[in-house]
Amino acid sequence: MTFIIIKLHLNNLIMEEGKQLESFEAKIAAGHKIEPKDWMPEAYRKQLIRMMSQHAHSEIVGMLPEGNWITRAPSLRRKAILLAKVQDEAGHGLYLYSAVETLGVDRTELLHQLHTGKAKYSSIFNYPTLTWADIGAIGWLVDGAAIMNQTALARGSYGPYSRAMVRICKEESFHNRQGYEIMMTLAKGTSEQKQMAQDALNRWWWPSIMMLGPSDDQSPNSDQLMRWKVKMESNDAIRERFIDRTIPQAEFIGLTIPDKDMKFDEKTGHYSHGKINWDEFFDVIKGNGPCNAKRLKDRNDADKNGRWVRDAAIAYAEKQLKEKQAS
Amino acid sequence: MDIQQAKFQYLLRLGDSSLIIGHRLSEWCGHGPILEEDIALINIALDFVGNATSILAYAGKVEGKGRSEDDLAYLRDEREYRNLLITEQLNGDFATTIARQFIFDTYMYFLYEELKNSKDETIAAIAQKSHKEITYHLRHTTQWMFRLGDGTTESHERLQNGLNDLWMFTSEMFEMDEIDALLISEGIAPDLSIIKANWEKRVNEVIAEATLQIPTTLFKQKGSREGKHSEHLGFLLAEMQYVHRAFPNATW
Repeated sequence: MTFIIIKLHLNNLIMEEGKQLESFEAKIAAGHKIEPKDWMPEAYRKQLIRMMSQHAHSEIVGMLPEGNWITRAPSLRRKAILLAKVQDEAGHGLYLYSAVETLGVDRTELLHQLHTGKAKYSSIFNYPTLTWADIGAIGWLVDGAAIMNQTALARGSYGPYSRAMVRICKEESFHNRQGYEIMMTLAKGTSEQKQMAQDALNRWWWPSIMMLGPSDDQSPNSDQLMRWKVKMESNDAIRERFIDRTIPQAEFIGLTIPDKDMKFDEKTGHYSHGKINWDEFFDVIKGNGPCNAKRLKDRNDADKNGRWVRDAAIAYAEKQLKEKQAS
Repeated sequence: MDIQQAKFQYLLRLGDSSLIIGHRLSEWCGHGPILEEDIALINIALDFVGNATSILAYAGKVEGKGRSEDDLAYLRDEREYRNLLITEQLNGDFATTIARQFIFDTYMYFLYEELKNSKDETIAAIAQKSHKEITYHLRHTTQWMFRLGDGTTESHERLQNGLNDLWMFTSEMFEMDEIDALLISEGIAPDLSIIKANWEKRVNEVIAEATLQIPTTLFKQKGSREGKHSEHLGFLLAEMQYVHRAFPNATW
């Protein structure tokens, strides 16, 4: 008897979940957003936590290679712009961590995953910034590639993430323009400056097109994630759009894309690129890039050195609360 | 010394102090104790750099030799820099940074409050804008003085140590020379003894509320007026100026 009741109960639950899934999918198909308190499948929640936290981690790890050059920026104007830009990135990180919290994981846990190497961040920030031109290249190429991805994600189904993307993309397009403007100024400058710009393009080009993720044959998009509007476009489609947009920009300022096989395909109307070294990409993802160890160490040191500060802030707040309650 | 020369030197003092302390704060980027603080420190650094840019641009105009704000920032050596010694001191731990910022922000708050009334219209206009920003900076550092001073035993000790180490650089902030005397008589610069009285009152109040002690250090350091700095400034400028100097005549 008990067995039959449990079975009936389970059947009801399954039926109910089926109905919830149906209404969830109908909502997305109709172009409505899913909000934090709405029912959502566990796979949807997990995938979003993974994507959004990786995005947040990328913003704050990205502060390190760019922050490197604040103290060495070659003019006061460039220094101020870079400070403002890096501040924006930190703001994006904060905004995104808060958006992930709406899915039920707090920032401390997410940071713990980053610091222990459990969570990933964009592979691109494991490359070093060696010259001032790298700051231009990051704005132009890295932020440029990120915008391609993020404008697509702004149409995604999860409300807090898609709204974050709208806001973040606005700021990223400023970053993109300032990066291109740095490159343009260098390319128009002395021969050493032009060389510096070309060298930065040579070093950042391949990592930038790789950061958009493995090619479609290595990263099949699940129909489900596309249907749920978690993923909006395939990696290769986004990469193609980025390349099509960037090549004329390079030509305009007289810089050469370091890909001798790159050519415009009249039939498709797109550029086709040479062979991407995916071994390098997967190696960097695994932790073997030039700066993986340094980035993680810097993050861990900041966390460790800041612990007593956070403890003090909490202790003070508790004392204040007690005093308030006592009075 | 005529008024123009005095004004140029005075502007270098103001502009250099902002530039150097802004540089120090920017070193925290990506290494702050919590993300919110990373944002705050970079934001405050940006305000200082912005303030320095306006002041040094005006200094170049007053000097009349065609030097831009970048020429003044990037092409002077440490002996020509006029920033207060406290502004170039190392960040140390977060408590030392907060102690340095609190000492300097309080000073700048009262100084710029007076500079708003300067008879020099450009100085008054810059002070008007900057004072709004400094008000926020001081609120931020004062809150951290309370949190760290009255937080845990460890934070209390660290902050007290930070104050003790930096106290020898405080008296220099109020020193006056012939440049000050000339500009005070013209109504361009304020009398620093007024700033000192306000500064001492505020600092004593905050230190007491934060359960800390006024350091008893009697040892005093000075020299920035004559470009005599601590050893830290040379390294800071080497880092700040190297790209600019490595490519003479380049535009950025």
